[in-house]
Amino acid sequence: MSEAMDGRRHDKVRTLRQISLKVGIVLSVGLFCLGPILWQAVTSVKLDQDLVRIPPIFPEQLTLSHYERVLFGSPIAQSLMNSLVVAASATVISIVVGTFCAFALARLPIAGKPIILGLVLSTSMFPPIAVISPLYLLMRELGLRDTLMAVGLTHAVYSLPLAVWLLTSFFRQLPAELYYAARVDGCTPLRALLTIFFPLARPGLAVAALLVFIFSWNEFMFALTLTASDSARTAPVAIALFPGLYEIPWGDIAAASLVVTLPVGALAILFQRHIVAGLTAGSVKG
Amino acid sequence: MSHLSERAWGYLLAAPAFVLLGFVALAPIGAAVWLSLYRRMPVFGIDEFIGAANYVQLWSDDRFWAACRVTLYFTTLSITAELVLGFGMALLLDRLTSQPGRSSQWGQVMILLPWAVPTVVSAQIWLWLYQPDYGLLNYLLLQVGLINAPIDWLADPDWAIHAAVVMDVWKTTPFAALLLLAGLKALPQDLYAAAKVDGAGPWERFRRITLPLLMPIIVIVLVFRTMDAVRVFDAVFVLTGGGPGNTTETLSIYAYKTLFQTLQFGYGSALATAMFIIVAGLTALYLFLLRRHFEDGV
Amino acid sequence: MAEVRLDHLSKRYGTTHVLPDVTLTINEGELFAIVGPSGCGKSTLLNLLAGLDQPTSGRILFDGDDVTGLEPRERDIALVFQSYALYPHMTVRGNLAFPLEVTKRRHGFDRRRIEEEVQKVAGFLGLGPLLDRKPRELSGGQRQRVALGRALIRKPRVFLMDEPLSNLDAKLRGAMRAELRRLHEELKITTIYVTHDQTEAMTLADRLVVFNRGEVQQIDHPHEIYARPANVFVAGFMGYPPMNLLDAHRENQTLQAGPLGLPFSETRSSHLLDQPLTMGIRPEAVAITPTAVTGEETVSGVVRLVEPAGAGMWVTVDLHDAQDITVIGLAEVDFVPNVGDMVSVSVGRSPVHLFDRATGQRIHSA
Repeated sequence: MSEAMDGRRHDKVRTLRQISLKVGIVLSVGLFCLGPILWQAVTSVKLDQDLVRIPPIFPEQLTLSHYERVLFGSPIAQSLMNSLVVAASATVISIVVGTFCAFALARLPIAGKPIILGLVLSTSMFPPIAVISPLYLLMRELGLRDTLMAVGLTHAVYSLPLAVWLLTSFFRQLPAELYYAARVDGCTPLRALLTIFFPLARPGLAVAALLVFIFSWNEFMFALTLTASDSARTAPVAIALFPGLYEIPWGDIAAASLVVTLPVGALAILFQRHIVAGLTAGSVKG
Repeated sequence: MSHLSERAWGYLLAAPAFVLLGFVALAPIGAAVWLSLYRRMPVFGIDEFIGAANYVQLWSDDRFWAACRVTLYFTTLSITAELVLGFGMALLLDRLTSQPGRSSQWGQVMILLPWAVPTVVSAQIWLWLYQPDYGLLNYLLLQVGLINAPIDWLADPDWAIHAAVVMDVWKTTPFAALLLLAGLKALPQDLYAAAKVDGAGPWERFRRITLPLLMPIIVIVLVFRTMDAVRVFDAVFVLTGGGPGNTTETLSIYAYKTLFQTLQFGYGSALATAMFIIVAGLTALYLFLLRRHFEDGV
Repeated sequence: MAEVRLDHLSKRYGTTHVLPDVTLTINEGELFAIVGPSGCGKSTLLNLLAGLDQPTSGRILFDGDDVTGLEPRERDIALVFQSYALYPHMTVRGNLAFPLEVTKRRHGFDRRRIEEEVQKVAGFLGLGPLLDRKPRELSGGQRQRVALGRALIRKPRVFLMDEPLSNLDAKLRGAMRAELRRLHEELKITTIYVTHDQTEAMTLADRLVVFNRGEVQQIDHPHEIYARPANVFVAGFMGYPPMNLLDAHRENQTLQAGPLGLPFSETRSSHLLDQPLTMGIRPEAVAITPTAVTGEETVSGVVRLVEPAGAGMWVTVDLHDAQDITVIGLAEVDFVPNVGDMVSVSVGRSPVHLFDRATGQRIHSA
């Protein structure tokens, strides 16, 4: 009788310890990962006078004035639109072109596939700085300097290796018989791609599109060098060059940081499973 | 169109990707190499072919070697920290997620967020944390008593590079952790059961099973992270601009400044080419290490 | 409907000859089976016929037209896959209509005409109530029917089937076999059927070819192949349980295989039988009886394996006085031997097959 009760108490202690261990892990990892972001969030709602004193850590009075200034009185709003256009067009170009190439690599009898794939992948390892000056000169010659198109196109090309790599492996996972069936049923390879493979690879396409979008949204060096005015600058460039007249406007920067992070942060949370699948694709298997 | 052979279709469909890569990636590399053989400074109207002179100058350029040292130091330090921390994080999260539940999802979201934050934004976040007078870091360290006077992290030549490393580690450890976590989850559980039956303790199990089986993924993490760290630009550029006194000037930053601040396109291209060669060498080395993965994939 | 001719067709991957040199003709309207063990090149042959792969040399002729260089969709063929390869994102209706929709410009079919054809095929195969389902909501047999329907709807010149029944369970396989036969009787489309299952080929095909290592072993009607296998490989591969193949030689008027001795009739020209021989006896010609019953041609042995057959039992017996000679025979219904029992083995009067042991080729009686 008492032994049984003892056992039960032991179980209770054990589950309690397990729960506290879990909470401890979540808290410490969470603090490491989220702490800096949370601090920026706190900063973004502090009054100006609270910014230049610590303690207190948490302000007694909150304000949205920083957000107001960022959204209505700074180049951030324009840059968000620019980033949206750039990232969306980079995603579309990269996925369309990447899908064609990946399909050819996965299913069509072209020669030298390992070489082609290796070449595509090695371009993803180019240091951007090595191509930036000729690229800058090229865009200037084409009259594209300081345009959204220049940035979008560049992002599309530099995310192409990722798209090709991911989509090739997704296409390879689809049964080859489906392709043969489509061809026997009368499809050209292109038609088989559009009617059979494209709909079936939608999850894979979504993953690739997400990663390309986030890459393009966050990219800095190309966006910095290929643009020269607020009309074409993307959000990361605008944040880096955030205007301060006499002193650094920490509150505004904090607000701007959160506003710029919001779209990609939301994507990361909403599609975390897809993103994790995409990031780990090819590395875990094989 | 309808009479094309399957092979012809293959080349046709692969062509757009190659045209784009050719124009926007391969041609610029070639052009950079070509430019590096010139002395070109548009502001002064100078544009002359000088052969390998830029590379001779590079060889005796102390600032170039300093940048190499900074890049190497930054890469080694941050990657070591990322691997160790990432491994720890992955092991913790793996324990957390061994039982089904919502906690695993939350764990993943938490470590995804720093990855998703734009690098420039994370630099701004840390700039504010490092702020000497009202920054949170100094405040906390003073409160705990680890330091007795505020430190100006980014203005101190000894601290600045480490501040950059800490920021980079915060931003990119999650990526390492994610890959390692996925690898841990893919490990066959019955191996652990067998090892337990054979009498192996936790440390033995880690050393004899987890570590060797996870080696391919560790190598991949190493590859991806090395490539990024060697090319590092935006994080350090926004955080310190290369200062103080060039103590945080990486190769990318030096090349960028030469190209776009002093407008020496020839010498800047030589720097960029040198960096391309370094990265290409590393790539080749890693491709060699990863060849098994390529053969499997193709 | 078409006559299909393969003219010195060969296929090489790198240095391996998958198909060294195949020449054969499949008659118009015939149900022709290609049988062989896995890896014998039969799937490669099918891919060449479908146009999914190109031969290294040789020609493929449909009704005398050279189709070797044509793309699959230009050949007017249909292919049923072992895995069915139904488009998972389309309904049954979508799958059936697909071949017509893709080629509607060529056929001049409009939407209504396509729907009519879909209804017709669906009615024919009993798929009417399933038209709006997705493939994953169907059973194996239903999927099989959809795959057949998708192949039938275009009324192709040639119908290719790659092990179409091997993913079904045994009972369903029997039913589908009968159904395939019925379809063929009604449509009379030239059908080429690839299988590794010799029973299926025997029961289904008008004629069949036995393949091994890319080489044609024998082309004939099923009963001919059963009655007169051209060589040791065909003899051993076709028929279940496999034919007993024993090393033998002639001793005067007897063919001796270990302890088994068979007299042979004078009509055979005995000079053909002086070399080392392989003697083939179908298991149904070998009677397994209790040892008590003794006859002239009886040899005894120990039972190693017993497998129930329809009428009686297949019994594998290790013969006495000859360590590595094993014979499979049939025990009558009223005799149920156990493993380890002593039994008698006797060979009946049914024809014995004789092969040259060196070449493996059949020795035809004069």
